[in-house]
Amino acid sequence: MRPFDYQAPADAGTAVAAVAARPDAAFLGGGTNLVDHLRLGVTEPGLLVDVTGLLPNGISDDGGGLRIGAGVANADLAADPRVRRHYPVLARALLSGASGQLRNMATTGGNPLQRTRCLYFQDVTTPCNKRSPGSGCAAIGGATRQHAILGASEHCIATHPSDMAVALSALDAQVEVLGPDGERTLAFGELHRLPGDAPERDTVLEHGELITAIVLPPLPVAARSDYRKVRDRASYAFALVSVAAALEITDATITDARIAFGGVAHTPWRAHRAEQALRGATPSDETFHAAAQAELADARPQDGVDGGNAFKIPLLTRTLAGTLRDLARQEA
Amino acid sequence: MTEMLEHRAIGADLPRRDGAEKVRGTARYADESPAERPAYCRIVQAPLARGRITGVDPAVAEASGGVLAVLTPRSPGGRGAAEQLADTSDAEYAILQDDEVHFRGQVVAVVVAETFEQARHAADLVEVTYDEQPGDTLFSAERNDLYRPEQVESGDPPDSSEGDVDAALEAGPVRIRHTYTTPMLHNNPMEPHATTALWEPDGHGGAGSLTLWDSTQSVHAVGTTVSGVLGLDPEQVRVVCPYVGGGFGSKGIPHQNVVTAGMAARAVPGRPVRLPLTRQQTFSLAGYRPPTVQRVALAADADGRLTAIANDVVEQTSRVKEFAEQTVLPARTMYAAPNRRTSTRLAALDVPIPSWMRAPGECPGMFAPEVAMDELAHELGVDPIVLRERNEPETDPDSGLPFSSRNVLACLHRGAERFGWAGRDPRPGERVHGGWRWGTGVAASVYPTSRMPVSEAEITRVDGRYVARIGAADLGTGTWTALVQIAADALEVAVDEVDVLIGDTDHPEASVAGGSTGINTWGSTLVAAAQEFRKRFGDTPADGDSARAGVPPNDAAERYAMSAYGAQFAEVAVHADTGEIRVPRLYGTFAVGRVVNPRMARSQLVGGMTMGLGMALHENSLFDPRTGHVVNHDLAEYHVPTQADVADLRADWIDEHDPHVNAMGTKGIGEIGIVGTAAAVANAVWHATGTRVRDLPVTLDAVL
Ligand SMILES: Cc1cc2nc3c(=O)[nH]c(=O)nc-3n(C[C@H](O)[C@H](O)[C@H](O)COP(=O)(O)OP(=O)(O)OC[C@H]3O[C@@H](n4cnc5c(N)ncnc54)[C@H](O)[C@@H]3O)c2cc1C
Ligand code: SF4
Repeated sequence: MRPFDYQAPADAGTAVAAVAARPDAAFLGGGTNLVDHLRLGVTEPGLLVDVTGLLPNGISDDGGGLRIGAGVANADLAADPRVRRHYPVLARALLSGASGQLRNMATTGGNPLQRTRCLYFQDVTTPCNKRSPGSGCAAIGGATRQHAILGASEHCIATHPSDMAVALSALDAQVEVLGPDGERTLAFGELHRLPGDAPERDTVLEHGELITAIVLPPLPVAARSDYRKVRDRASYAFALVSVAAALEITDATITDARIAFGGVAHTPWRAHRAEQALRGATPSDETFHAAAQAELADARPQDGVDGGNAFKIPLLTRTLAGTLRDLARQEA
Repeated sequence: MTEMLEHRAIGADLPRRDGAEKVRGTARYADESPAERPAYCRIVQAPLARGRITGVDPAVAEASGGVLAVLTPRSPGGRGAAEQLADTSDAEYAILQDDEVHFRGQVVAVVVAETFEQARHAADLVEVTYDEQPGDTLFSAERNDLYRPEQVESGDPPDSSEGDVDAALEAGPVRIRHTYTTPMLHNNPMEPHATTALWEPDGHGGAGSLTLWDSTQSVHAVGTTVSGVLGLDPEQVRVVCPYVGGGFGSKGIPHQNVVTAGMAARAVPGRPVRLPLTRQQTFSLAGYRPPTVQRVALAADADGRLTAIANDVVEQTSRVKEFAEQTVLPARTMYAAPNRRTSTRLAALDVPIPSWMRAPGECPGMFAPEVAMDELAHELGVDPIVLRERNEPETDPDSGLPFSSRNVLACLHRGAERFGWAGRDPRPGERVHGGWRWGTGVAASVYPTSRMPVSEAEITRVDGRYVARIGAADLGTGTWTALVQIAADALEVAVDEVDVLIGDTDHPEASVAGGSTGINTWGSTLVAAAQEFRKRFGDTPADGDSARAGVPPNDAAERYAMSAYGAQFAEVAVHADTGEIRVPRLYGTFAVGRVVNPRMARSQLVGGMTMGLGMALHENSLFDPRTGHVVNHDLAEYHVPTQADVADLRADWIDEHDPHVNAMGTKGIGEIGIVGTAAAVANAVWHATGTRVRDLPVTLDAVL
């Protein structure tokens, strides 16, 4: 563990300037991920810029949708009545994550930027391209139960661990960012990137860019949505697979669908192919399975000393089908 | 027959004497022991499974802020070479003595600094170079270098054989032959291993004295070990441990951390040194339950009477120090069968040193036979409880001795009643409702009752009260309170006239809190001391009157087989889509002799069952043979049950009077709760799904 400097500036502009000025600086949100990494030596920033006091921490109505300040705690976001009513998938995703104490600390800006739980990434005695570019990937051929089946590369097979991000992906959220060159807005689906040959980059954010808010668009289909997380114990574990889904059924036909997967890729995985397979179809177990198959046609499981993760393909298929079945019933 | 105490305080539902202190956070644990200007110690660990240290350069670390000392291996030698240890006959304690790396995580340097953060930072700066050799780390029952140990941990022979198992299997007509596996498991007490150590060179008449505030299941074992290894007189070492935040066996045998703390303290005389292991470090330095492969064979006649029972076990040990888990024991004693066989073979690998974990041997060794019994019951078409009734032995099948008491059937019957077992549909995979597949399962359990050979207690009249002293341990189990209850009954006075002081080598020597022997041993010792006290001073002692006695031998142990028994019933629900496994009900009924304190007994049994639930469904030390270490080495990734996993979990016991075990009538309750749990859950999973899972933990992918 390396000694570091700490600053808590009063406004976002100063914070961005402070981080942008030093390549070894990092923003500190709730710290529930970053502080663990400092302890483990996974990252060794020379400067921490605490943004918890300066980020907006309110949730406001925004043209039929919601604007969520990046400082809003995960616990408060999950409890917001507007979120619970109009975007139940988001509230449930948040509540399925971590623990009460952690959700009180974790922020809206920090959650989507939490880093992979790959066991080797978190263990500095093993090679890891994400932690130490070019050192190799210890996970390939190692313990791969938690690893990706979609979009992985030969350089990295990690998964993104956030539950909240899976819901935001399904909800077509927008991310507002303040950087050294000013503000920009990007689609949530564009925030995370696949590992390719640069797994050290989880997202498209540049150094010094600060998430200031996340905006949820008005989305009637989301009123009937759900998050289903499957894990190795009943609580306090990361997803083996998860499904965020919203379904609109009109006259026994699926008229709209939003689907994203967690626990299977380097990004929250927006399942456009599954959505396409569902739109216009009649809700049935066959339809739901066909949708899963459409999305998972390219899935590539990993071998591993722990038995690998081939089970994720049937598991995700069945979890998606089960979630959609329940949603379809809810509607009736 | 032992002379039994009249029970007055024994059996009373007294709250913990140390409860208020613990709730208020004022109870001090090892790492919080009062210390003036403590320094902090950090261990540097080898990142390879096997090799030779070619050089250690402490210069950069030494120059780093606040560093007081860097200890390096004696060979290849150089700056900071550690002291030569006096006794390294136990290889676990040969810390920094040579240049060999025996397993990944081995101690290769030690840093002492003014603050925790400085020690940690400097530890990263110690430069160690290695000549790496390929590590042999892959455990498998197919290895061609398996060997038979001289004995297993308990001192029993590794193998046993009576009659002709193979012929009986041949004859059948019903037989079960399967391989069952249990994984590597880590104890993971809430309080990681920790020591505060102080070396005072002027102490003990100028010879120097070492005080260790250690988190341990036995202060005296720590004192004996550390003094022996460091070449000190036992009187030069004092060990203090009032409270332990759980140990589950991992603090039973002293591990490298406490010896290291002693060495670090001697490097900075006069400064107290704190050495808390990180959670990750406990995965390589504090023991673990080794993985087992168990080939179980059962043969039975058409009525379900066993004609043969065998368990051939292969398990892991480390190359540097042997640990032979007594996995074979339950198959030797649980059921009657004319033909019986067990065997133990070890694979010695370049891996961390295994050690005790709650019910070592009995716990994994009960899983395989109890699942096999369930398979046999199904094969025969008889109820699993009826099958056990038919195979209830008259005398201990292993020793031939009569049982001091054996109430396993009483546990099964009472448990069945509470659980609602009667009328159970035996067919597997038949009950689906609410989107879940439902099933129930049962397993029996056994854990030996014994008494340690060495313990002493002293009782003194102080200010009109009785003060007993014995170096016993309270692991959160309630010793502080239970021993008062026993001493009060032995002295025939009320509990509020009695204090019992424990957890300090300044008190008379006590045995380890392990093998469920604590209360049996310390209680028997206190009873003997009380008798001695009354004999010498009568009922009206004067202040200062004091008597000592050692633990009386238990002659009855030569005439009777003594064990605690239990029966566990599990109801599981397996999600029809995802295979997620929940255990809505887990009931245990136990026969543990006399219960000293019901609230603490319940808490121990419920804790054991919860840990057994973890073994059934969650716990799994993911060992990566390529690197030689457990990669899920923290509590985020090493899963133990959460609150949400524990639903309706109940423990109770039958009213059992065993006149032979000891004067209190106790059998020990620390481990029986975990034995058998995993089998009950696995059997219920089969009943729910029709899928027989023989490898622990049972995870959702096995039943998809
Ligand atoms: C034991 C445990 C279990 C957990 N279980 C789950 C789970 O089941 N599901 C789940 O989803 N999560 C889980 N988590 C993770 C938890 O949700 C995240 O740690 C948390 O959401 C991160 O938010 P934070 O504010 O604490 O981020 P921090 O730790 O402060 O920061 C995380 C990263 O984001 C950066 N950052 C922070 N804020 C901003 C910002 N506004 N703009 C730009 N960069 C920023 C930091 O520099 C850092 O790189 C678990 C965590 C733990 C410790
Ligand atoms: S999967 Fe990615 S994060 Fe994990 S070890 Fe490989 S490169 Fe590192």
